[in-house]
Amino acid sequence: MKVTVTINGASRSADAEPRTLLVDFIRSGLGLTGTHIGCDTTSCGACTVILDGRPVKSCTVLAVQADGRELRTVEGLKQNGVLHPIQAAFKEHHGLQCGFCTPGMMLVGASIIEANPHPTEDEVRWGISGNICRCTGYMNIVKAIIAAGEGMATDDEPVGEDLAAEESQEALEEITA
Amino acid sequence: MTTTAHPPITTPEVGGLGHSVRRTEDDRFIQGAGNYLDDVVLPGMLHMAIVRSPIAHGRIVSIDTEAASALEGVVAIVTGELMDQHNLAWMPTLSGDTQAVLATDKVRYQGQEVAAVIATDPYVAHDAAALVYVEYDELPAITNPQQALKEGAVLIRDEKEGQIDNVAYTWETGDKEGTDRAFAGADMVVSLETHYPRSHPAPLETCGAVADINPATGQATIYLTSQAPHAHRTLFAIVTGLPEEKIRIISPDIGGGFGNKVPIYPGYVVATAASLLIGKPVKWIETRSENLISTGFARDYHMKGEMALSSDGRITAMRASILSDQGAFYADAQPTKFRAGLFHICTGSYDIPYAHVSAKGAFTNKAPGGVAYRCSFRVTEASYLVERLAEDAAWKLGMDPTEFRRKNFIGKDQFPYHSPTGFVYDSGDYHAAMDEAVSLSSYSDWRSKQAAGPTADGKLIGVGLASFTEVVGAGHSKEYDIAGLKMFDSAELRIHPTGKAILKLGVKSQGQGHETTFAQIVAEELGIPFSDIKVVEGDTDNTPYGLGTYASRSTPVGGAATAMVSRRIREKARKLAAHLLEAAEDDLEWEPGKFTVKGTDQGVTIQEIAFAAYTNPADGMEAGLEGVYYYDPPNMTFPFGTYVVVVEVDPADGTWKVLNMTAVDDCGVRINPMIVAGQITGGLTEGFAKANMQWITFDDNGNCIGSNFLDYLVPTAYETPKFTLGATVTPSPHHPLGAKGVGESATVGSPAAFVNAVLDALRHGGHDVDNIDMPVLPHRVWGVLNGIEVTP
Repeated sequence: MKVTVTINGASRSADAEPRTLLVDFIRSGLGLTGTHIGCDTTSCGACTVILDGRPVKSCTVLAVQADGRELRTVEGLKQNGVLHPIQAAFKEHHGLQCGFCTPGMMLVGASIIEANPHPTEDEVRWGISGNICRCTGYMNIVKAIIAAGEGMATDDEPVGEDLAAEESQEALEEITA
Repeated sequence: MTTTAHPPITTPEVGGLGHSVRRTEDDRFIQGAGNYLDDVVLPGMLHMAIVRSPIAHGRIVSIDTEAASALEGVVAIVTGELMDQHNLAWMPTLSGDTQAVLATDKVRYQGQEVAAVIATDPYVAHDAAALVYVEYDELPAITNPQQALKEGAVLIRDEKEGQIDNVAYTWETGDKEGTDRAFAGADMVVSLETHYPRSHPAPLETCGAVADINPATGQATIYLTSQAPHAHRTLFAIVTGLPEEKIRIISPDIGGGFGNKVPIYPGYVVATAASLLIGKPVKWIETRSENLISTGFARDYHMKGEMALSSDGRITAMRASILSDQGAFYADAQPTKFRAGLFHICTGSYDIPYAHVSAKGAFTNKAPGGVAYRCSFRVTEASYLVERLAEDAAWKLGMDPTEFRRKNFIGKDQFPYHSPTGFVYDSGDYHAAMDEAVSLSSYSDWRSKQAAGPTADGKLIGVGLASFTEVVGAGHSKEYDIAGLKMFDSAELRIHPTGKAILKLGVKSQGQGHETTFAQIVAEELGIPFSDIKVVEGDTDNTPYGLGTYASRSTPVGGAATAMVSRRIREKARKLAAHLLEAAEDDLEWEPGKFTVKGTDQGVTIQEIAFAAYTNPADGMEAGLEGVYYYDPPNMTFPFGTYVVVVEVDPADGTWKVLNMTAVDDCGVRINPMIVAGQITGGLTEGFAKANMQWITFDDNGNCIGSNFLDYLVPTAYETPKFTLGATVTPSPHHPLGAKGVGESATVGSPAAFVNAVLDALRHGGHDVDNIDMPVLPHRVWGVLNGIEVTP
């Protein structure tokens, strides 16, 4: 059957079986591969997309349930050639390493700050607790989301940005002398 | 950026060492434009799903593929029998054992590969896999090594010639006689038996392959979630018999590896065989459950450790004996020479005159693996054992654990230090890292709080330490090889006429940020801005040979190769500069990005030199400005640090919460401090995970408990504590940049600190306890608090 969605502002249609998961529809049917699959049990959040303004795990929604509705994926964050503040903040605050959880994590982060631009750290940690990151230990993800909410006007730098930089230079000069 | 006494020598725009420049690779990841394995789509591509054994041990009676074959969209079904006709039913492991690709005789663990379905659609492939009916004659399942070694235990590896029991290997090292003598003369001995439980790296992206063998040319292009694409190409050539020049392994963006993507898995081989047989590309992507039940587990070490002590608190000897649970096939990814990985680094940061290590591995009906999960070949288990023993010794001697460690640390002036098990530690200053950790964590304040008794709401405060030493950067060719391949690594650097560059590497990032840090090394050495340098990895047709990224070896080996090839190019640049400036080479002076004639303002930039290399070389000079360097490290590197954890234990329910976690790491010179810190916070989280919640266990029938993210608990942002980081810098004397590698330190060092903290809370709360195995689950703690034996 044909499923039609408005995705990142554009109307798109593709065939889907009744059992097709929304994540597979987005990835294979529409060819948007920024949405990832990390588990089979709705645990990891790598497949998070925005459905009618709310984040959902697209591995637990059928494509047919999204018919006629509005979707936003990571590919739709950048507008008119300008990065969304959450994207810029993830880079600036080293909020990603392998990048696999990043699309889902950014979409949840964007939802958190759209609802409340000044969340506390605890609110952010609870808000992203449906999304697993195996690389970062979350500290910089939390910083990035808070910074994006503040419109980047924060002095809170990534963890350890200057740690041992001087001592490293001194040591390097010693061994290469 | 720092502006004090030793600022980086390059400008922030050039971005050499010491600059926390933002990562180049992030631009595509934040836009959803990464290219991970499942994003690879080829024309005519088919999809594969694997039929797996639901039981842990049994003889295959029959395989009925009729119903599956009849399903519309099914193209082929591959069984062990078919693989056997092509001599591909078995393959070698990274530890010299053999492993079934598709089972032909028996299944030996739950989740083992029995058959594979190839179909036009992934949903259909999974439907059909469920229709393959396999009849088994079930055998008793062996789920731990103690059972495996009991007399009369069923033989798991009955197909293996000469195998009469379930022993996978035995190994020992060190001075047994000297150690025994020291123990006989000891004033006191502490001993500890503990199980480092089975764990799984569980990167967020599972494993997979897209095999594309062109029937007309025989060219095999295999997209693989591979941390070691070059080694995999060679092993593929050996296993499949395909000529190596016709195999191209492409390892695209990898969604985390942590050791999980080092081995070659049956799915890779079957997908390749299927593509060869059918003549079309075949994609195989694991589900999460398949990933957790069948691919590279880690740890599963049953350890006994003993420390001999003098009454004044000196360690006089250490003994360790290991019983490792190998699963059904001995498949540890480890250097050939060492059968228990680098576990024999277990004397850690201490100057211990005598040590002896013995290890025995057993086959069980569990998945094979033994991968180094964010770890340099079993150094994690070693570090855990010695740091648990050190804390225990201090407690029983009535010494403060910081004092006990300080007393036994290898002194700064003892390096290079020859350890009793044969390592030569290159450098260290353990006292300095301890001092920094004690100060940064407000250690004495926490001890005072603890001494005041339980908190107002009855919680018990505990403080735990770990002062780990790692051994990473494998490794020098005298001792280190995997499957015969020496563990060097390589870098190829080409400077283009416009002064931009391309750097090609034998290592392979899985999130560590190589595209940034390796460009920074070139920026440091040649003064070319890091943003002008493209870094290419993971394509065997287009990068020089290397052993890949694991065991924290990229910076120690690949990073050194990058520095050396840059220096080689700088020497040619000097000749070109002399030609351009009409000066003698000896009269030239180098500053980042520029040669000048000494005592003058005449100079040429590296960009001008690069242009001349292609447009105006001197007479007789070879054109171009490029080079390749294969780096064979003279020694391993030995990162170290001290971690302090403060917890409060709730006596009501045995839960524990981290109040403070301070990590002081010394990984030598830091190339990009921001990226280094990110590696550490990530590693600490994995250490916390293992101490607190994350493990895989099995029931008596060999059913895997921990086959999905509902049972295998990995920490979310909500459970994960915050960390305070500190640093000392002791450069590696033999690495061209003084760097040591950092990706695994925190996972290696931190589990003991968390567990020591909980035990410390219990001990100071008046409870007599020697051990709680990880994960330190609430009911286990509650059992100690209430003097009740609890089941695991």
